[in-house]
Amino acid sequence: MSEPLLQVSHLVKRFEGIVASDDIALVVEAGELHAVIGPNGAGKTSLILQLSGQLTPDSGRVTFAGVDITTMPMHRRAALGLARSFQIASLFLDLSVLDNVMLAVQAHSGHSFRFWRNARLETELCQPALALLERVGLADRAEQRASDLSHGEHRLVELAMALAGRPRMLLLDEPMAGLGPEESARMIAMLRDLKHQVTILLVEHDMEAVFALANHVTVLVYGRVIATGAPEVIRTNVQVREAYLGEQEAGHV
Amino acid sequence: MTGLLTRRNVVIVALLLFLVLLPVYSAVFDKPFLITLFSRIIILAMAAASLNLIMGYGGMVSFGHAVYIGIGGYAVGILAQESFPSGFLQWPVAIAVSALFALVIGVLCLRTRGVYFIMITLAFAQLLYYVAVGLDRYGGDDGLTIYQRSEFVSPLDLSNKTQFYYICLVLLFAIIGLTWRLINSRFGMVIQGSHSNDLRMRAIGFPTFRYKLTCFVIAGAICGLAGALLANHTEFVSPAMMHWTRSGDLIVMVVLGGMGSLFGPLVGAVALLVLEEALSGITEYWQIILGPLLLLVVLFARGGIIGLLSRGRA
Repeated sequence: MSEPLLQVSHLVKRFEGIVASDDIALVVEAGELHAVIGPNGAGKTSLILQLSGQLTPDSGRVTFAGVDITTMPMHRRAALGLARSFQIASLFLDLSVLDNVMLAVQAHSGHSFRFWRNARLETELCQPALALLERVGLADRAEQRASDLSHGEHRLVELAMALAGRPRMLLLDEPMAGLGPEESARMIAMLRDLKHQVTILLVEHDMEAVFALANHVTVLVYGRVIATGAPEVIRTNVQVREAYLGEQEAGHV
Repeated sequence: MTGLLTRRNVVIVALLLFLVLLPVYSAVFDKPFLITLFSRIIILAMAAASLNLIMGYGGMVSFGHAVYIGIGGYAVGILAQESFPSGFLQWPVAIAVSALFALVIGVLCLRTRGVYFIMITLAFAQLLYYVAVGLDRYGGDDGLTIYQRSEFVSPLDLSNKTQFYYICLVLLFAIIGLTWRLINSRFGMVIQGSHSNDLRMRAIGFPTFRYKLTCFVIAGAICGLAGALLANHTEFVSPAMMHWTRSGDLIVMVVLGGMGSLFGPLVGAVALLVLEEALSGITEYWQIILGPLLLLVVLFARGGIIGLLSRGRA
């Protein structure tokens, strides 16, 4: 087997007495959809923040495509092909939907010290942006202000932006959070489609989505990995059922 | 908002026509003071336009922007005093020195945000204000009279008021045109993006600091040019040119006219200075009327006069 795309070893992060990441080890192979699940406060978001570079680990090592990225700044990780979508949609709300995606495309097409040509008329930026909006089903909303879109649509714009850099890997932080059933289904369909094209690390609360999509599941509890394996294995893992799926989800499993 | 014939566009075109034809009117009806007044308005509109670039589009609220008017003005004043009257030297020096100061001030200020940014830009402006007060060789607090306007090759003659007016007007149009190109370019998209959500810009791979700094320097350079023109206009420079109240005036012009709109600063400059002129003719206490008027605009007309005009149709 070739080298894994993302490898996390002995990752530790503490916040004043709370251990958010406790010796985490995680391996994501190229081409898989790897889900990280865990109850509230398990340290899922801290993990994503450390992988994307918004938070620096206290110790441990993160390598991506063979490169040590443990302390690399965010914009350089993005350049390496590690893209992140935000848990709370973080868009340019006062710009148009197309502008949002175009900025993401622009970020990956050289420096922006270009002062004269109208960027909105550059086919080099426009066409990929429109194609991405087409892909997430928002082409008809391109000219609207981002703030006029619904919560679910914001997520889709997020996704389009994350894809703009043709990333090798996507970090998705709870893409279903706060979505209605219909929007959720749309997002799951989108991700099922995407997982053949890009490696995905998915942090998610929605069990249905996780078991429908993942090739591999890692369970995090109190900052520690308690189990990792194929979805079927996780589903039947006693420790996991006790710690997490427990009473609340037992009915669904 | 379809088509070109919106109320906003009609008002803007009318204003531009008025500005172009003003010298004719002033000659026919023998009102030379109008040219003087409007030359000043146009010059300050340039300074306001440069502030709009960083404040309106980039979200960088500089409360010390008039400092570049002072730097540009003093560049002209000092060179004239030292017997270098050529405008081909004076104006580029005014622009370059302003850009240089903007670079230094920007490097230090752009690491901060919000209120801190406002206060630090103000602090730098005050610092340079007192430097100017201390320039004994160049008049100190009393200022410096300029006995000769910048010299260019004939037939350009800045002492001719009509010519000077048109030079200012052409430069203002050029600056508005430049702003238009800038904000719609890739560079401008980065500036607007980081105004909207700086963290996100960095997350998708833009090192925003260097772009904001570049924008800050461009604005400083443009404002320096306005300073050079103002020095020629008043034939006098003094620390008062860069007093913090002048910086406040520039902010008021931008907010009054419409932040982040291309013609907002011009509209704001005309509105503020004409009102000031008109009200001060009626009463000595004109500020009592002007103040509440500004309050009303800020409270009820987000987007300033331009915003009011575009909204009226919907």
